[in-house]
Formats: sequence, C-alpha cells, structure tokens
Amino acid sequence: MVDLSVNIAGLKLKNPIMPASGTFSEDLADVFDLDKLGAHVTKTITKGWRDGNPTPRVCEVGGSMLNSIGIPSKGSRYFLDNVVPFYQAYKTPLVVSISGNTADEFAALCSEVSVDGVEAIEVNISCPNIEEDGKAFAIRPSSTYEVMRKLRKATKLPLWAKLTPNTGETPDVARAAEEGGADALVVANTVLSMAIDIRSRRPKLGNLLGGLSGPSIKPITLRMAYQCAKATNIPVIGCGGISTVEDVIEYLMVGASAVQVGTATFINPTVMVSIIDDLKKYLTAEGISSVRDLIGTIIDEEQEDRVVFMEAAP
Amino acid sequence: MTRVHVMHANSNRDQKVAGVSELDLRIKSNEPVNGEYRKLVLDAPVELLERCHAGQFFHLLCPHIGGEAPYLRRPMSIYGFYPELGELHFLYKVTGEGTRALGFLEEGGTLNVLGPLGKPFAIEANWNHLVLLARGVGLATLAPLALEARRLNKRMTVICSARSPELLMSVDYFKDLGARVITVTDSEGTSATSNLETIIEGLIADDGVDAFYTCGSNRMLKLLQQLGRRHDVPGQIALEQQMACGLGMCYCCVRPFQKNDKVVQLRVCREGPVFDIQEAMTW
Repeated sequence: MVDLSVNIAGLKLKNPIMPASGTFSEDLADVFDLDKLGAHVTKTITKGWRDGNPTPRVCEVGGSMLNSIGIPSKGSRYFLDNVVPFYQAYKTPLVVSISGNTADEFAALCSEVSVDGVEAIEVNISCPNIEEDGKAFAIRPSSTYEVMRKLRKATKLPLWAKLTPNTGETPDVARAAEEGGADALVVANTVLSMAIDIRSRRPKLGNLLGGLSGPSIKPITLRMAYQCAKATNIPVIGCGGISTVEDVIEYLMVGASAVQVGTATFINPTVMVSIIDDLKKYLTAEGISSVRDLIGTIIDEEQEDRVVFMEAAP
Repeated sequence: MTRVHVMHANSNRDQKVAGVSELDLRIKSNEPVNGEYRKLVLDAPVELLERCHAGQFFHLLCPHIGGEAPYLRRPMSIYGFYPELGELHFLYKVTGEGTRALGFLEEGGTLNVLGPLGKPFAIEANWNHLVLLARGVGLATLAPLALEARRLNKRMTVICSARSPELLMSVDYFKDLGARVITVTDSEGTSATSNLETIIEGLIADDGVDAFYTCGSNRMLKLLQQLGRRHDVPGQIALEQQMACGLGMCYCCVRPFQKNDKVVQLRVCREGPVFDIQEAMTW
C-alpha cells in the first residue's frame, strides 16, 4: 500500500492531485465522486457580481486552449450561502480562490471567506484578465509583497499565492510572496497570449488577449515550479499543462509538493481520477512507499544556482 | 477511457433521469447524406439512450486522424436516439478541424462521447399543434423533437429552409413522422422572412399554433419572437456557443438573455442549450 498523502503548510491532503481554479465546480459531481480528489479548489470569486468578458471566451490553438473568461462571479454572499455548504457534504478540504482589483478590496474578501468549511485560501494575484491592461499583482515583487502583507493580516487560514508566468522575475516574486506571508505557492496561472482569425482580421477572443493553458505551457510552468522551489522554503503546488501521471512526476521531481490539473479535465472529465490511480501504480512499480519521496529528487547538481537565476534564454 | 456513470448529486435539472456518462461508442456507420452533411450512427447502450432527450447534446472527443488534431471536445446536438435499435445519431456538416476529423471515422472504430448534456426541449401536455422552423443543420437539432412529438401524438408543421432544394434536410424524415412539411429555399425565392411570416400567420389563422421551436438562426428567432408576442404563442430555441468543458465549470459558453428587466449571462451547456424564445437575444 503506497502513501499518497502530502502536507501543504499544515493542511494534510490524502493525495497530491487537485483541480486548478476555473476548471472545477459542483457540476463535476455529475461525473465522478469528488471525494477522490486531494482538495477542491473553487473558481475565483470576487466580492461583488462580475459578468465576465465578452464572447468568444475560448478558442483552441495548436493543441492547447486560449481563454478569456474574465472571472464571472456571483459574489461572496452567494459563495458563502451556496457553494461552501455544497462542499461540506465532502470530506475533502475546500480551497477557495479569491481575487480583487485593489489590495484592500482583496484583503476584505480574504477575511470574509475565512469561515468554517474553508481550509485554505488561494489568492489569485496573477489573473491576466482581472486588472486593467492585463497587469496583475504577481508581475512585480513589490506589488506581490504589498498585497500578500495585507492578505496575511486578513486571515489565519493558510494562504496559497497563485503566481503568473507573465513576469521576468519569477524567483524574486516567489520570495516576495513568501516574505509577504504566503504559506504556499501555486505555480502557475495561464500565459498571456492572443490569436487572430486571418479571414476576419479580428482577434479570436472577445477580450482580444487571453490566457494560454494546456500541454504547450508545461515546460514554462515546470521551469517556474523549479525556480520557486529553489528560491523559497514554502511548498510549491505545480500547475500548468498536466494531463498524465508522467507530468505530475516531473513537477514533483522539480520540487512541487502537489499539483493542480486544469484544462485536461475539459478533454477528459475523469482525468484526475485516472492520474491518482496511475500514480499509485507508478509508485508500486517503482517500489516507492510514499509520494513524498519523489519531491525535489531532480538530479541537478552544480547547475542549480545558475539555472534558478536565469530568466532569459542562454 | 474510464467508464463512469454517477447520478446527479445536486441537480436542479428537470429531467426524469439525469446523469452524465463518458463512453467509447462503436461506429456503426458514417455516411454522407447529401453534398454537405454526414450522418454518424453509433452503437449505444440502452440505458444511455433512455436518458437522452430532444435538444440535449453530447460532447465529442474528435479523433486525431487524417492530419487533424482537434484539442477540445466538440458539442453536437443529438440528431436521433433509438433505444429500440441501440443507436445514437448525429448529423454534421464538415466545417472545421473537429468535424473534418469526424469525417474520417470508419465503421468499427470508436468515438468517445460525454453526455447526454444540457436542458432538453419541453412539450407541455396541453400543446397540440407544434411549429418547428429551422434552416440547414439546425434541422438536425429539431429532428429528435419531432420524434418525441410523434411519440406524444402531437400535430406538427415543420418548415425547412435551405439555400436550394437539393440541400433541404430531413424532409422525408419529418414526413415519415406524420408532420406537415413546408419547404422554402433561397434559390426559389421563398425563404425570405416576409414569406415565412405569411406562412406562419396562415398556420395560426387556420387552426392555431400552440408552440414554436427553432434553432440557430437570428432571423428566425426575431420573427418567432414577434409572432409569439403578437399571438401569445410560447416558444423555445436551441442555441450554440463555443464550449470548452460542456459541463458548466468553465463559463466559456455564455450568451446574454433578457430576464425581466435584466440582461443575464447564462451558460449554453448548463442552463441551455434550449431556452425560452422570448428571453433569447438576437445577435
């Protein structure tokens, strides 16, 4: 019997597989037993109502997906009255993803959703859609530190900071989040992108720009997970392009303690369940008794310092 | 592929039996029906077919063959479901990467389907004369509704529109179900909105119409909204939108709807694809 459990800043998960925010909801309970997952992560909510972005909100590009949903939200009241009670029927820890346009609004929401039934708060400081001009807190170390400090004061629950690949300063942003009070890092959100319909000469997304997700971003977010694990002393949760157990193992090897599966669920709604089964099989076949024994086992030797601080291509 | 079938844990869907299955189904045939459309017939288990309703859709995992590599699933409305034959039918026009890939499927192969999904058409008990109006592949979505109306012994008039007579779809299918079929085409100059209005006004004057059903066309939606308001006839429309998950998680497939005095964004996959015709907004 292999041990799949991991510990994320004091929160014990029965396995390291959880959904990425925005690719999971109560609706998936139609397809499989949600208690199979390591954690439940909600779609990002905001304090008030948000309609979201104009359509089309999605298009596919070369085996990956481009989206610009724009965080439609029914607001915090709806979340507390309806969403939290739904997940209380499950034993799996509930992680609520939140965002705000200003640090103060963000912190107020953080405090408001720190209720019984919520085990951790994922702070989406990285969504390329929510801030004007696609600027998010996690693009710069200074704004990351400022917002994390306010969020830290607003709750006693574990804070998971979701970082963005749309920065040239990954290790610095990761350290700023840690210094600001993050208990874990989710690495990472989507990559700011665009696509054009050459017949109409118009962008394929109603919001012009969007976030790229799916297999094509995995090398980018895997690199970031590696850098963040090296740069900080807090757990890293890998996220980006995961669709197989091999992808999960790569993230664990570079230092992630758990992973989030997102876009792959849209292709195969039971993919997380398959990955959990495959992870058990892999560990059994390899004679590894605990999944924790894989974390950070990359053999990088003396290369590591150079690579961690490398941002541009050599 | 994993086979799953779990009942709705927390559903507000108005269905006799609900549940979403993900299955690999065997391809029985995949043949052209005219110059533009193909019909895909899948072997499906009875328990799946018994959960299908007209207006619902399946999310199809189109194969990576023939140089095509569609990534996301493609939503496709059910063209026919026959528990007695163990068959699930889809009618499609090859337009993009997903449907091109479907075109390569051969008898004996398999296709992974997720469904049935979405809210179906409703036929109220006291509705006796139903008018179905659609153009081109929109008729595919209305085909199972006609089958259901036939099973419920309802009278039907189906107005089929197309660019030209040889591209008219499913005329014999609707006739075989006992429907009165009226065809209109661009090439004969009969498909204009003004002519459709005259035809439908005539139907209302002759023996009354209890409900309108349509699919896909902005022009037809506008006309049926006007006629519905003028004569107090309810109606339903099946709508499309680009989708990612098909289950309601991603909020990619929203469209605007007029609810009382407010415009609200609803998910075509979850709150639809069938909506009240007066709440739908033209585009």
